[in-house]
Amino acid sequence: MDAENCFHCGNEIIKKDEIVYDEKKFCCNGCKTVYEIFSQNDLTCYYDFQAAPGATPQDIQGKYDFLDNEEIVTKLLEFQERTTHIVSLYIPHIHCSSCIWILENLQKLQPGINASQVNFGEKKVRVTFNPEQTSLKDIVYLLSSIGYEPYISLENFDEGKKKIDRTLIYKIGVAFFCFGNIMLLSFPEYFEVEEYWIDQYRGFFRWLIFGLSLPTFIYSASGYYVSAWKSMKSGLLNIDIPIALGIVVMFVRSTVDIVFDYGQGFFDSMAGLIFFMLLGKLFQKKTYDFLSFERDYKSYFPIAITKVLPNGDEESVQVYDIQKGDRLLIRNQELIPVDGILISEKASIDYSFVTGEAVPIEKKSGDKVFAGGKQMGKVIEMEVLFSVSQSYLTQLWSNDVFQKRVEQQHKNITDRISRYFTPALLALAVVSFTYWIFIDVQTAFNVFTAILIVACPCALALTAPFTLGNVLRILGKRKLYLKNALVVEQLAKVDTIVFDKTGTITTNKKTAITYEGTELNASELRLLKNVLRGSNHPLSRRLYDFIPNQEKIETTSFEEIIGKGIFAEIEGNTIKLGSSQFLKTMTENTHKKTKVHVEINGVYKGSYVFNNQYRKGLEELFSDLAKHYNLVVLSGDNDGERRILEKMLPSKTTLVFNQKPEQKLQYIEQLQKEGKNVMMVGDGLNDAGALAQSNLGLSISENVNVFSPACDGILDATQFDKIAFFMRYSKNAMKTIYMSFGLSLLYNVVGLSYAVTGALDPIVAAIIMPLSTITIVSFVTILTNLYAGKK
Amino acid sequence: MSVIYLLITISIVVAIVFLGAFIQAVKSGQYDDDYTPSVRMLFDDEIVKKENPNKLIQTEKQKSI
Repeated sequence: MDAENCFHCGNEIIKKDEIVYDEKKFCCNGCKTVYEIFSQNDLTCYYDFQAAPGATPQDIQGKYDFLDNEEIVTKLLEFQERTTHIVSLYIPHIHCSSCIWILENLQKLQPGINASQVNFGEKKVRVTFNPEQTSLKDIVYLLSSIGYEPYISLENFDEGKKKIDRTLIYKIGVAFFCFGNIMLLSFPEYFEVEEYWIDQYRGFFRWLIFGLSLPTFIYSASGYYVSAWKSMKSGLLNIDIPIALGIVVMFVRSTVDIVFDYGQGFFDSMAGLIFFMLLGKLFQKKTYDFLSFERDYKSYFPIAITKVLPNGDEESVQVYDIQKGDRLLIRNQELIPVDGILISEKASIDYSFVTGEAVPIEKKSGDKVFAGGKQMGKVIEMEVLFSVSQSYLTQLWSNDVFQKRVEQQHKNITDRISRYFTPALLALAVVSFTYWIFIDVQTAFNVFTAILIVACPCALALTAPFTLGNVLRILGKRKLYLKNALVVEQLAKVDTIVFDKTGTITTNKKTAITYEGTELNASELRLLKNVLRGSNHPLSRRLYDFIPNQEKIETTSFEEIIGKGIFAEIEGNTIKLGSSQFLKTMTENTHKKTKVHVEINGVYKGSYVFNNQYRKGLEELFSDLAKHYNLVVLSGDNDGERRILEKMLPSKTTLVFNQKPEQKLQYIEQLQKEGKNVMMVGDGLNDAGALAQSNLGLSISENVNVFSPACDGILDATQFDKIAFFMRYSKNAMKTIYMSFGLSLLYNVVGLSYAVTGALDPIVAAIIMPLSTITIVSFVTILTNLYAGKK
Repeated sequence: MSVIYLLITISIVVAIVFLGAFIQAVKSGQYDDDYTPSVRMLFDDEIVKKENPNKLIQTEKQKSI
C-alpha cells in the first residue's frame, strides 16, 4: 500500500495533518476514529477486502434531529411492530465488497440492531432493529460516524413501500417450463410417424402437449393480447398485433389439427416463440437501480426542518407542515425548503441547484430568500412567506412539461416498420387464401394459417430488444446510463445538441491549478503567498487561494509590472513571478496553457499551470460534433466568456447568454418548432425544464449517485469527451437493427414461399423458427459489440 | 405398456415441482438482487477469523500489509 495515502479513505495525506495510529497512517482525525471504532469491535477485516474503502465521516451535528419526531420516523419505516422495526436506507457511498461486509455487521457495533442486509445494486441497506434498545436516529448517527451517511430526502417521505413487479420473470418461468416439456413430448412425432407404438399413444401425447401449451398461451402471452388490443383501439398498428394474431392463429390451427387428427400442430413453435420474445423483453429491461431518472425537487429537499417556536424552543417539523409566518432555523449546508425573508443579520446562500452558479450570494436581514438555496456558514433564521407547494422552485415543476412527459407516445422503430409489415402480411394471407380456395378449400385454410404462423414476426420482434438491450449494457459499462432502450433510438435521431455552460462544459472543480517543477518547501510557499497577497491580478488571486494558509509577513519591496509579473523582496529574498518572457530564463514556450513561473533568489523553481475550467477534450468534441450536428451553448451567465468560447468552439456554434430556466425551456421549444430533434446536455435544477422539454435530456454528473434532475440519461462527467462516440454508436446500433430486419425478412420470404405453395412441413417450421431466432440474436449481439470496439 | 403413462406423469410432476420451486424462489425475492449475494458468499471465512482472539488478527493484519 502506498504510504502516502490514508489507510482508511485512500486520499492523499498532507504531511502536516498526518496522524499515525496503530502503525497506520490517516489523513485526518475522522478517518482515524472510524478505524478506532472498527478495531475496537474486531471489524478490521473491513480493510482486507479492498484497500482504503472508507469515507471520511462528515460532521452532522443536529442534522438528523428530525428523527426524534415520531411521525416522520413512522413514515420512513418499512415495517413496524412493537419490538421490530425495519428501515431501508439509501447510502450513496456503498461501492465495494468492504462496504457490504461492514454494513452487514452493524449488529456488532450497536446493540439493538438485529440484522442488516445490503442491496448493492440499489445501494441500500435494510436494517432490522429493536426500537426498545436503539432508535432510527442512533442508527443514522452510527452510520454517519463510520462514514456511511444515509441520504434521506423528501422523496423517501411519500415513497412508502415499493412494490416489485416480478410478473415478467414468472411468465418466462412458465413459458420455459411449457416449452421444454412440449419439445420433449414432440420428439417421438418429429422422428417417427408410422411406427406401431407411437400410433397407439399419439392421442395421449398430443393432448398432453395441448394441455401444456395452455399456460403459455393464456398466461405468458397475455401481455401481447392486451397490447395488441390497446393499439387496435387507438388505431395504431404496432408490432404486437401480428404477434398476437400469429399466436392465436397458431393455437387455433394446432387445436383443429389435433382434434381432426390432421397432424401434431405447432404448439412447440408457439411456446418457443413466446419464451424467446419474453426473454427479449427481459433483456431490454436493463435498469440501473441505483440511479433515478425521475427526480424532481423532492429528492433535493430535506424531509424536515427546524422550526423555532414563539417561546424560543426548537422543534423539527415536516416540510409539508411549514406554514406562512413560521420561523425556521437553517443550518450550514442545509437547503432552504420554502421562500421567505431572512431574519438573521447575514446569510451566504449557494443557489447552485437552481442556477448552476456555484458562487454564494450574500443576503442581508430583510432580504427575500428563495427555496432551493443552500446556506453556507453560520446558522440563520428566516420567516416563511410561502408554503412548499407555493414556492418559486416547486412552481417550476407544475409546468406542463413535467406532466406530459409520462404520456408522451414515442413511436419506436419496430412499430414504424410493422405499420407496413402488418397490412402487407394480412394482404398476402387474404390473396393466397382467395387464390387457393378455387383450387382446394382444405389447402386454402392451411395456406392462410401457415402464412400467419410463419410470418409471425418473431425475428422482427426480437431484433430491436436484443440490439438495444445490448447497446444499453455496453453504454452502461462506459458510464452513460440511459433510462431505457427507447433512448438509444432517440439518440440516433438527434440533429441539434444544446449544451448548458456552467457545470456542463465547465467543471465545478475549483482546483484546476497544478504545479510543475522543483518542489517548493514550506518557507518558500510562505514567501510566495505573502508576495501574492499584494497583487490584484486574477491569476494571483486564484493562486493565492490555492496555496494553503501561511503566516503573514510584510514585503520589503513590491513591484507589479502590468501584463508581465511581480518582482518582490521579502525577508532578504528576491522573488520573481510571472510570464515566461518576464523571467527570461525560460527555454520552452508553450502558449497553450496559462502558466505562472516562479523564480526565487535568481533560481528558477517551476511553474503553476492554470488549467482552464472547461472540461477535458471540449474543443475536440465540439469540432467533431460540429460536422454532423447543430450546436448551441445556452448559458445562465452573462456573456463575459463569449470571446473565449468563440475562440475555442467551432464558428457554427450558437452562443446564447443570460438565459433563465424558463427561457432555456422556451429556447428548446422554439428549436423543436423549427423541426429540430433536440438533445439537451445539462446539469443542475436550472436545466430541469430544458431537459424535460428536449427530445432527449442528458444530465452530466460528477457523481452519478447524487443529484441529477429528471432526464433520459445520466453521463458520468469523466466521459464527457466521449459524447461524439456515443452519438456515432447509437447510429450504428440503428444500422444493426436495419440489417437484422433485412435478415429476418429473408427468413420470412423463405418461410412464406413454403407456406404459399402449401408445402409447409411441421418439421421445417420447427427448424426455421428457432434457427432464425438464434441467428438474429447472435447477429445483433456480435455486431453491437463490434461497433463498440470501434472508436 | 401403460408404464409410459406412469413415466410421463412422473416426469411432468417433477417438472412442475421445479417450476413451483422457481416461482417460490422468485416470490421470496431471490432474484431481486443478483450481485450482493455473490459477494456475501465470500465473507464466511472472515467471520470465523473474527471470532479468534483480537491479538491474532492484529498480527495477521500487519503481515498482510
